[in-house]
Amino acid sequence: MLRVEIEKCIGCGECESACTFGAIVVEDGKAVVDADTCTMCGTCVDACPEDALELDRESGAGPGIDLDEWRGVWVTAEYRFGSTAPVTFELLGKGRQLADDLGVALTAVLMGSGVSEHASELIHRGADRVLLVDHPELENFRDEIFARILARLAREEKPEVILAGATAMGRSYIPQVATMLETGLTADCTELAVRMEDRALLQTRPAFGGNLLATIVCPAHRPQMSTVRPHVLKALEADTSRQGEIVRVPLSDDDLKARVKVLESVMEESDGPGLADAEIVIAAGRGMESEKNMEMVHELASLLDAGVGASRAVTDAEWLPHRAQIGQTGVTISPKLYLGCGISGAIQHVVGIQGSDMIVAINKDPDAPIFDLATYGIVGDVKEILPLLIKRIRQERGA
Amino acid sequence: MKIAVCIKQVPDASTVRFDKEKGTLVREGVESVINPFDYNAIEAGLSLRDQFGGEVSVVTMGPPQASEAVKEAISLGVDGGVVVSDRAFAGADTLATTYTLAKAIEKLGQFDLVICGKQAIDGDTAQVGPGLAVRLNIPCVTCVDELEAIDDGKRLRLKRMCEQGYDMVEVELPALVTVLASLNTPRVPSLKGKMRARKTEVPIMNAEDIGADVSRVGLAGSPTQVASTTIPTFDARREMLEGEPEQQVDALVDRLKEAGIL
Ligand SMILES: Cc1cc2nc3c(=O)[nH]c(=O)nc-3n(C[C@H](O)[C@H](O)[C@H](O)COP(=O)(O)OP(=O)(O)OC[C@H]3O[C@@H](n4cnc5c(N)ncnc54)[C@H](O)[C@@H]3O)c2cc1C
Ligand SMILES: Cc1cc2nc3c(=O)[nH]c(=O)nc-3n(C[C@H](O)[C@H](O)[C@H](O)COP(=O)(O)OP(=O)(O)OC[C@H]3O[C@@H](n4cnc5c(N)ncnc54)[C@H](O)[C@@H]3O)c2cc1C
Repeated sequence: MLRVEIEKCIGCGECESACTFGAIVVEDGKAVVDADTCTMCGTCVDACPEDALELDRESGAGPGIDLDEWRGVWVTAEYRFGSTAPVTFELLGKGRQLADDLGVALTAVLMGSGVSEHASELIHRGADRVLLVDHPELENFRDEIFARILARLAREEKPEVILAGATAMGRSYIPQVATMLETGLTADCTELAVRMEDRALLQTRPAFGGNLLATIVCPAHRPQMSTVRPHVLKALEADTSRQGEIVRVPLSDDDLKARVKVLESVMEESDGPGLADAEIVIAAGRGMESEKNMEMVHELASLLDAGVGASRAVTDAEWLPHRAQIGQTGVTISPKLYLGCGISGAIQHVVGIQGSDMIVAINKDPDAPIFDLATYGIVGDVKEILPLLIKRIRQERGA
Repeated sequence: MKIAVCIKQVPDASTVRFDKEKGTLVREGVESVINPFDYNAIEAGLSLRDQFGGEVSVVTMGPPQASEAVKEAISLGVDGGVVVSDRAFAGADTLATTYTLAKAIEKLGQFDLVICGKQAIDGDTAQVGPGLAVRLNIPCVTCVDELEAIDDGKRLRLKRMCEQGYDMVEVELPALVTVLASLNTPRVPSLKGKMRARKTEVPIMNAEDIGADVSRVGLAGSPTQVASTTIPTFDARREMLEGEPEQQVDALVDRLKEAGIL
């Protein structure tokens, strides 16, 4: 329950404008909470300059499990299209640190077909132990099978933490694992830490399209599970002298039952890094004016090894495929550099780029809203600026 | 084909504005709308019904006002819907949400297909669809970009997207799918639909109606808790790069070099 301490409330309205849900309004000079719409997210508590709001986040007692029975940190390795996804190594880097803080072992769970040769790399990247599930039936990703096996292993071995990549695959089967285990799962984390007094995993994630950072805990249930956004955590350098144990997990027919059949698995050609993975993203808007002008965007992107993204105006016009769309109904990105070319900065677009370290905007309209949040803004015509920029970067590269 | 579509009412993002001074997004007005992906979920349900007959119902868990979302869905052509609403549901995380939705769906009958949006734009977890599938003990295919019913509507052939490409998969019904915005173009409400929506009294089901164990719903049934929140602010280092195009580009290249990007 969210409570207003009436004596402290000065009716300033900061809470009202902070609330994304319209669940708190100032009436007769005091804040009033609508319990039906309040999601207890706590944004207003932080916004209140008078500390007049208090959130009682006491939840249920939980299943009354013995938390001490659950020990160890697990990382699920993601193996697709013949290679281990980079997020796996990032998770191992963070997992190593968490395991050391907690004084426990770090285990990687590797599932796939013909993946045995990749197990030792997980040890080089920080794991003490690998649970290796190598079976021809795991050639293709099928939620049911992956979820069932991971849930079974977790029930048997009782890890206190399970981390997975917040990728299409992780976001698909990990929620199923959490539901099977009746435990909490925090989505899309960007930061993880241990609170030593109760060994709680502090899981920080953006919500409301990056408008809010929430730190989430899972106090009475185990394992504590998180999916973690790729490219935010640091991987350790591979250390080939690291030693560890590789445990082969046998499977039964029951483990392998599935109602989904994969007909084919297609890796699409892409000329650069995937959008969500790219450290630099060049984003094209309607201001690029024509499909032909898009060549400049592609040229700049290949020069910088950047991903190419777009506003909806561009994907609607089919200058780029829908998967290039950034924003509320597209991809959320957090690159080192976002360069918006002819993008006005509609809120539905902006919510997808807020996590960028640096935002640069090129737009011919000095009043375009994108300039409000751009680290650097250039008022100008993309047809003029982009060729110059390409030329200058070529010179830099040549030098 | 009997289809349930899960829809969520979310704050309307277009009423959000950027506050230059504070460097945060602030909200003006309190309009709620149907989660954008859920329009695609509704459309997917309607086009399967157009093809195979049957009915499409929407289910939403939320405050009583969420009946507006159900009415909007009816104006688009769905056959009916319910709001699952109870003070006890407040503060639900995705585990409690999927328990509640599963209870409600089971109460409403047997469905061949349950359709969810890829994710809700406020909570942003994308966890409800996959979790709900486990609760209902049906297979789940997420991030669907193409959907075709085969075998007389007994199975679906689906294109499931991932970072590197896609999978073509087949699944037997009953099943649950979560859909992308690229799957289809949602239809607009018809006049007849709007009239029907206006006349419809949307039923509200509470915890007792769906036979839910109150210790498993809402805050009480949620393993995760929000421990603290902060509002991220944007870098205040806003700088316009002035001058002739050449100078602007030079200035940008300098900044990018300073930041170690070039
Ligand atoms: C429910 C919903 C969901 C949505 N989801 C998304 C989403 O996920 N992602 C998204 O991007 N949008 C989304 N939108 C659409 C969004 O509201 C905007 O319409 C869209 O982002 C605008 O794209 P744009 O900036 O390219 O085009 P415009 O807004 O038309 O802006 C074009 C800009 O280019 C500038 N310009 C023109 N010519 C030049 C030139 N030669 N050189 C330099 N600048 C030039 C103009 O000054 C203008 O600022 C959504 C909308 C709704 C209603
Ligand atoms: C700041 C904040 C952070 C949060 N973080 C987490 C977290 O990390 N983990 C967690 O478990 N919970 C979290 N929650 C709670 C979560 O938002 C709620 O459980 C919410 O009811 C469902 O999650 P979602 O909005 O992410 O939906 P998603 O899983 O993103 O929604 C996907 C689809 O499920 C369907 N759906 C979702 N909600 C409903 C509904 N109420 N009625 C009908 N259909 C629905 C729709 O089809 C929707 O398109 C958080 C809440 C807040 C306020």
